[in-house]
Amino acid sequence: MLAGIVLIAPLILPLLSAIAGLLALAIRPLSRNLQNLISGIGSTALLLSALFLFLDVLKEGILVVQIGSWPMPFGITLVADIFTSIMILISGIIGFTGQIYSMASINPERIRIGYYPLFFTLLLGVNGAFLTGDLFNLYVWFEVMLMSSFVLMSIGRNPGQTSGAIKYVTINLFSSAIFLTALGILYGFVGTLNMADLAVKFSQARQAGESIGLINVVSGMFLIAFGIKAAVFPLFFWLPDSYYAPPPAISAVFAGLLTKVGVYALIRVFTLVFPLNEGSFQPVVLWIAGITMVTGVLGAVAQNEVRRILSFHIISQIGYMVMGLALYTPLAIAGSVFYIFHHVMVKTNLFFAGGLMERIGGTGDLKRLGGLYKNWPVLSVLFIIPALSLAGLPPLSGFFAKLSLLQAGFEIKSFWIVGVALIVSLLTLFSMTKIWTQAFWKPAPEIDDGECRERLLSQHEDVRSKKGQWYIPIFLLAAITLLVGFGAGIVFPIAMQAGEQLINPAGYIEAVFRSGG
Amino acid sequence: MGILLAIVIGVLYGSAIYLLVRRSLVKMLIGLGLLSHATNLLIFTAGGLTQGGPPVINPDAQRLTGAFSDPLPQALILTAIVIGLGVIAFALALSSRLYRATGSDDMNQINIGEK
Repeated sequence: MLAGIVLIAPLILPLLSAIAGLLALAIRPLSRNLQNLISGIGSTALLLSALFLFLDVLKEGILVVQIGSWPMPFGITLVADIFTSIMILISGIIGFTGQIYSMASINPERIRIGYYPLFFTLLLGVNGAFLTGDLFNLYVWFEVMLMSSFVLMSIGRNPGQTSGAIKYVTINLFSSAIFLTALGILYGFVGTLNMADLAVKFSQARQAGESIGLINVVSGMFLIAFGIKAAVFPLFFWLPDSYYAPPPAISAVFAGLLTKVGVYALIRVFTLVFPLNEGSFQPVVLWIAGITMVTGVLGAVAQNEVRRILSFHIISQIGYMVMGLALYTPLAIAGSVFYIFHHVMVKTNLFFAGGLMERIGGTGDLKRLGGLYKNWPVLSVLFIIPALSLAGLPPLSGFFAKLSLLQAGFEIKSFWIVGVALIVSLLTLFSMTKIWTQAFWKPAPEIDDGECRERLLSQHEDVRSKKGQWYIPIFLLAAITLLVGFGAGIVFPIAMQAGEQLINPAGYIEAVFRSGG
Repeated sequence: MGILLAIVIGVLYGSAIYLLVRRSLVKMLIGLGLLSHATNLLIFTAGGLTQGGPPVINPDAQRLTGAFSDPLPQALILTAIVIGLGVIAFALALSSRLYRATGSDDMNQINIGEK
């Protein structure tokens, strides 16, 4: 009973917050404070419930709940193993910091259209995708998440934003259609869509030496569908445009959470349902990982806008996470899990900082930014922590994330991918120093236009008056980066446990069957 | 029946992909609509075609007997149709706004996200 409440809370709380936010909009459409209050309570409660779930899973092991008490292959199963609970914790932290950052940076017009309710339905979809143990239900949660991200991305009057949104909508609908097609074929052959049930049926068939029809086609379709959502090579082209267009608070939350849902689905499906070492896709996935890293980081070199550079880095970082999956050892998967946690904290933080830089400088163009180190020293310190962590400098979180992946690569003698990963992290450092020298060290460019200067000064006033809301999220995430870096000895074993659970799914399967039998 | 449906599904997928790679925004949207219809039909066909066997348990029996059609794919399709409707409606609204902002439905003309 208690397990049920702990598991369902990360779904119910954002749903309730969204409903409360909508009701408040209907009753008092102009009250910004009311919206901030409701969303503040909602995101805090969500963070607490995520923490609670995380601790509970660590203590009790895998938690399972059958929704509506329907027996398991027929009803919807919610499952939380350590990997899931880490992902829920990530979404709780991003929801919490994102909400604070939104209070400062989202304009009243957007809030009146219903920004916060959409924000919470996005979190609802993300959490649902992490928790579900059923592939069709995963599709439904994907759609919940996508629908709110579509609207969040396209509200606003900027035509660039609308054109970015239409690309994003089209490519995501296409990937959903591929996903759904794969589900249809899978159901036709196996007669179930419950992940644990599928895993059992497939391993029985493998032991009996039977071949299951079209298994390579279906798993390939899953690879493509999730690959588009995770933005791996060669399916990443939609990402930079879409993440660059919306306001910083939205793009930060997207950068942190959305592609990671794709990575989560890849890891979950290719460890549990189609174990990667059984099929023929392992070398393919490894190559994809390598090429994704390289193209992402090279794309970033050519860019000159802060958030565009950061968007390309998301792609190269996805490569690292997929690399862990492709190496397919407990250490490598643990490295992926650790990398996801590190990456979400750092990347969201860089987007937050990038948004603040844009607000201060009036632009995200590196050529027209400058002098931030002299005038905004706190921001500079808070920027350099995640930036160096992204490049993987010790003792920050990125170092340990990369170290474990490289070690896993050495263990199975996959030297070329180790080499690629090292070179890419060097280029990442180069990109970060580019932002640093251009935006922070270079003297501020002269602004001749008096009107323009006036506007910038009033924006500076605005930032100073809402210092807490701008800085607290950046500070919190930077603190987490430092803590995870210095406390890697405590954090990494948890990731290791998650990796072992993923690579030996027997515990997961048993837990699902025990509760649904 | 199965072969006929398979051909229909193939044609639907083919035309959907053809329309999706057109430059015209409206054709792209029609392509997306066809794609979701194709998928729904595929789930329906892959779930097994049974004629005249509703999945209803007779009052005097304990369980289903004889050939019956599997209700689950239909439930899946129903969900997928509802989701598809919402998403296509949103995409239509979005493209109508894009058209009003740029005065064109050619994807090459409205590709201003790069700037």
